[in-house]
Amino acid sequence: MFDTIMAALGEAFHLIISGNHEVYSIVWRSLGVSGLATLLACLWGIPIAIALGLYSFPGKKLLMSLSNAFLGIPTVALGLLLFLLWSQSGPLGFMSLLYTPIGIAIGQSILITPILVSFTSSALNSTDVEMSDLAKTLGASTFQTNFAIIREALWAILLAVTASFSRAFAELGVAMMVGGNIRNVTRVLTTFIALETAKGEIAFSLALGIILMAIILSITLLLNYCRRE
Amino acid sequence: MAKPQNQRLIVSTTTSLYETGLLDVLETEFEKKHSSIDVAFLSQGTGLAIQTAMRGDADMILVHDPARELKFLQDGYGVNRKVIAYNFFVIVGPKEDPVGINGLSPVQALTKIKGAGKNGSVEWVSRGDDSGTHTKEKRLWTAGGFSVSDLREKSWYLEAGQGMTATLKLTDEKLAYTLCDLGSYLNNYKKGNIQLEVLVEEGEDTLNVYSAIANNPKHFDLSGTSFNASIRFLDFLISEETQEILADFGNEEFDSPLFNPYIPLLASGSNPEMLQWIQELAYFDGTECPQECRYQEGDLYR
Repeated sequence: MFDTIMAALGEAFHLIISGNHEVYSIVWRSLGVSGLATLLACLWGIPIAIALGLYSFPGKKLLMSLSNAFLGIPTVALGLLLFLLWSQSGPLGFMSLLYTPIGIAIGQSILITPILVSFTSSALNSTDVEMSDLAKTLGASTFQTNFAIIREALWAILLAVTASFSRAFAELGVAMMVGGNIRNVTRVLTTFIALETAKGEIAFSLALGIILMAIILSITLLLNYCRRE
Repeated sequence: MAKPQNQRLIVSTTTSLYETGLLDVLETEFEKKHSSIDVAFLSQGTGLAIQTAMRGDADMILVHDPARELKFLQDGYGVNRKVIAYNFFVIVGPKEDPVGINGLSPVQALTKIKGAGKNGSVEWVSRGDDSGTHTKEKRLWTAGGFSVSDLREKSWYLEAGQGMTATLKLTDEKLAYTLCDLGSYLNNYKKGNIQLEVLVEEGEDTLNVYSAIANNPKHFDLSGTSFNASIRFLDFLISEETQEILADFGNEEFDSPLFNPYIPLLASGSNPEMLQWIQELAYFDGTECPQECRYQEGDLYR
């Protein structure tokens, strides 16, 4: 066990240093796909989160419950649903999204939307209580108040975005079902790890896992560093 | 990334072929010859691979389950089936072989394992995932006169529900027995993932035959280019060069070939017994592909 982990650490280090072409291109593809997924999720997730965090409207409770419930959606189930929708014999087959990187990105963006919405809206909510009275006593309009709240909660929102990205980057189900793990096309880090494990390349798989964790850790550390600056 | 102007040929295939690394080698060779076609493999297990093709999400299949292949052809989903290669399933178990199946026939071995399982002294691991290997295992139990649905109720009959490597590792941990294709066994044994030994060797009952079938363009309303690409891939698979690659694959790494090419066996007539076994298992009424299931087959059957 210990030997395997040491071998994997060595292997991971070697893969990074040697510039293994296959591993690098898969890492870049993973970053691109999950980055796009995060952008897409922000596109609709942040407006929803602002609405939920700062405004009241009919159906708000229901929307919040739904968003919280979907936090734990099984990735394989979501992948399977999208697979059936986008299959040539499915209702949305004409979109040609199956077995494409864009397809994976859209699937992941759906997967992480609840995380983004829940984290962001609760960040806004907790800032709201402290800020809004203060802003109003200073004579700010509702719009100005809300703007100030969003600015104050910016770091918390960035943290929510990072967490969402990490979830997309590390998930397997959607990437496998929608992408099909096709070499040079839709193979991302997690499906690569699954394949190498299935092939019995245990140390190599573990090394890839270490690279995945290292990337997520670096992004989080970078964010923390920027925040202190 | 694939160049967008290229024709994409999606081949859904069995995990036992893909996980050995053979298909990556074939992909590279094929794309060298046909630079306008990008081959993409979906490694899924025979059951799912056939379903994927039936949904129209793959252009051809490369699988090892003759009965289901025939159904795929007869239902109009596929055309131009070609037998490509063969190897053998083996029954593997702990080195000590507590049940004592070494050298027995597969059915005798299963009968003994079942007896020992009843006493609670040993376990059997099934793939349990509807793969070609799983189908073969069920056929062997049935051939011994056992009902698989009864077996599934037994506590000594474990279903892994995973690919071959995961199933082998489970079998290894449990000191149990399982059925495995020789390629996957050698692959994992040489890597030191498992200590299991081959106890029941090759024979007619454990023959494993791989075939390729193109999706029927009439059924799927396929574009002509995608059907053409699958015909080219079929041509490539049965070509002398590819069959040689098949024969050599694994020799270096495993000291033993993982697959045996079928075309030279058919052409040379050097091993009539083996040829007969293959045709009994994987031919339908004396042909690898019934006449009515061929379409623009060109030289494929010459």
